[in-house]
Amino acid sequence: MSGWTGKALHVDLTTGQSRVEEIPREWFEQYWGGRGLADRYLYDLMDPAIDPLSPDNVLIFATGPLTGTSTPCGARYMVVTKGLLTGAITTSNSGGFFGPELKFAGYDLLILRGKASAPSYLFIYDDRVEVRSAESYWGKTVSETEDGLRRELGIPGLRVACIGPAGEKLVRFACIMNDKHRAAGRSGVGAVMGSKNLKAIAVRGTGSVSIAQPEAFWQAVAAMNAAMADHPGRQSFSEQGTAAVMDLTNAYGALPTRNFQQGQFEYAENLNGTAIRATRLVANKACFACTIACGRVTKLDGGADKYLVNMHPRNWKMAGEGPEYENAWSLGADCGVGDLDAVIKANWLCNDLGMDPISMGATLAAAMELYEKGHLTDEQVDLPLRFGSGEALVRMVEATGYREGFGDMLAEGSKIMSEKLGHPEVFMGVKGQEFPAYEPRGFQGMGVAYATCNRGACHLRAWTPALETQEGVDPHTPEGKGEWVAHEQNRTTAHDATGICLFVGAAGGPLETFVPCYAAATGLPVTLEDALVVGERTWNLERLWNLRAGHSRATDTLPKRLLTEAFTEGPSAGVVVHLEPMLDEYYRTRQWTSDGVPTPEKLSQLGLDSL
Amino acid sequence: MTAALKIVPDRCTGCMQCELACSWSKTGTFQPAASLIRVHIFDEEAAYAPYTCLQCEEAWCMTVCPTHAIVHDEATGTKRIVSSLCIGCHLCSLTCPFGTVFTRPDNGQAAKCDLCGGQPACSAVCPTDAIEFVDVEETGEWFAPWGDKVAQRHAEAFGS
Repeated sequence: MSGWTGKALHVDLTTGQSRVEEIPREWFEQYWGGRGLADRYLYDLMDPAIDPLSPDNVLIFATGPLTGTSTPCGARYMVVTKGLLTGAITTSNSGGFFGPELKFAGYDLLILRGKASAPSYLFIYDDRVEVRSAESYWGKTVSETEDGLRRELGIPGLRVACIGPAGEKLVRFACIMNDKHRAAGRSGVGAVMGSKNLKAIAVRGTGSVSIAQPEAFWQAVAAMNAAMADHPGRQSFSEQGTAAVMDLTNAYGALPTRNFQQGQFEYAENLNGTAIRATRLVANKACFACTIACGRVTKLDGGADKYLVNMHPRNWKMAGEGPEYENAWSLGADCGVGDLDAVIKANWLCNDLGMDPISMGATLAAAMELYEKGHLTDEQVDLPLRFGSGEALVRMVEATGYREGFGDMLAEGSKIMSEKLGHPEVFMGVKGQEFPAYEPRGFQGMGVAYATCNRGACHLRAWTPALETQEGVDPHTPEGKGEWVAHEQNRTTAHDATGICLFVGAAGGPLETFVPCYAAATGLPVTLEDALVVGERTWNLERLWNLRAGHSRATDTLPKRLLTEAFTEGPSAGVVVHLEPMLDEYYRTRQWTSDGVPTPEKLSQLGLDSL
Repeated sequence: MTAALKIVPDRCTGCMQCELACSWSKTGTFQPAASLIRVHIFDEEAAYAPYTCLQCEEAWCMTVCPTHAIVHDEATGTKRIVSSLCIGCHLCSLTCPFGTVFTRPDNGQAAKCDLCGGQPACSAVCPTDAIEFVDVEETGEWFAPWGDKVAQRHAEAFGS
């Protein structure tokens, strides 16, 4: 088989038994791989209504047909499971080197079920698959776990995906980390892994990925490389990292600040790509096969002694990774913190404890709003949770990872926390998952993108600033946004089926440029139109799954603050989100009913009517 | 005049495109385990560098081989493994001071860089030009600073 390995590795953690399955050919043709293929398995293998922390929840690691090839940025794998934060299907993507290694070991998919009786790790060396004791790693941080497994196993080229203390303690937004600094970040996939008593997956693969039509493949790769080489988007990612986006969102009044109470942050210049590059950057770091290298290895410069923490064993290693734009926002602007050292430390702590910095910062921001408004008293919290306090930020990140003191409350995520504290209005998110770094009152389209995303609030399924910053497009009007978002979701979903990083799209290498790579790698004569159908089919399948999990139009919604309260100043002053007309347009475009249910005609057209 | 791979570690981002290209040229598939150039990640220093055979003039791998399976290729200036002679004993791997004689995953024989017969694939594919293939009189100017650094560390450690 070319492109794919054709195999799924099933491991039952309860019994420790594993088996290899040939993946049905028609599923490859219908879903391509990665996210789509894993979605199809999840649909078959579990009841969407079960508790995400149940042993019956299925945890899938999925590579794509282009993962492990030299197609630019073919590094990605997708974690697919029922999200703890959302109660919806979640598809959490990560780069680094773990995904390709799993594929070189011979597997398109790794499918985990059950629950180990004691802390365990999964060891995969090509055909050899063992569930082993991880007693000595339980409680350890991400970097300690990876270093420890490398020492224990002594295998050059070993790659590790693991959870930190946050995943063990079922922090609701815990990540699965791989290669120490890369994260399958959102929706609490790390807590699902922790609930299975699975600390880590250590994999070494010495096999190969073959290509069906080498000549066509290399031509397509060369064309993609040529398109990306001098593209301004690629140069910006390389030079400034993702934090370059902060200048854009701040200029549009779309940089959510102090838990979405403002749309611009006065200290944005302390946290943007230019500031990080000028004062903190050590080196760019690439994922596997990446020609962009947006990753930021950073150092603390003179600020190493500020904000020391209590329990974390590393006070402080001098180099780590981040912040990305999202983290610079969540830990910075959303908490009102303008000190880059505090943001970097909090980011490194999130990485090493294994937590999603977006939900971490956003949950803390909600708590800070409650504290500032007097709804949280000094007796309830460990230290004053004032907006702008770097001390509070760094200390509470650590406390959350270990569920210490008020951190135990923050670890529930901002929806459950705000409900427990009697103020649900401060939760800023959708389907239980906190918003990322785009204010829908600045970019209207993000409102419908967030509301309709299958994995809760997410910016990676339809990034509307691509449309709304264009000449002649009004970022504040709802018209056309629902339709655009529906089409864009299909595109990104097809993208996620290939194993290619989403960032190539903004760096001169959109879906059009690598569908030929996919066609040549697998030997399937497909076009862009076929890709969009695969994306639409997958999106509808995820929707069917979510409907069975209890989601509906009622949960395709936004917090009241965005719908009724406008900013009084800045570029987005006077704007609220007009969700209902956008949602109606979105459902119409998707050919769903007004309740958000795919019509039988649509399902039949996509070949989903038998499900 | 001869040609050699000049590796500039400061430019390397650790993406492993060189390993993919190398394995493709040797196996016709993507298989980093078969690559004859390897990217080493110095995690603590946030530094990355590919390393491969330096084609030593005084090649110990060639000297030590019991079956004379490593030969000097006049045309390309490389030390080349003749696979029909290699018995897979790996004395060459043990002897190489740089750890750049690898093991073929398919048959266990020794494998090392042969500069792709004069057109190295790794150099062509590197997105940041960290691997240059250049004509050289001697490699002294690249290695001199490295040698100075080693000498300095040696002096610090042993006081001479």
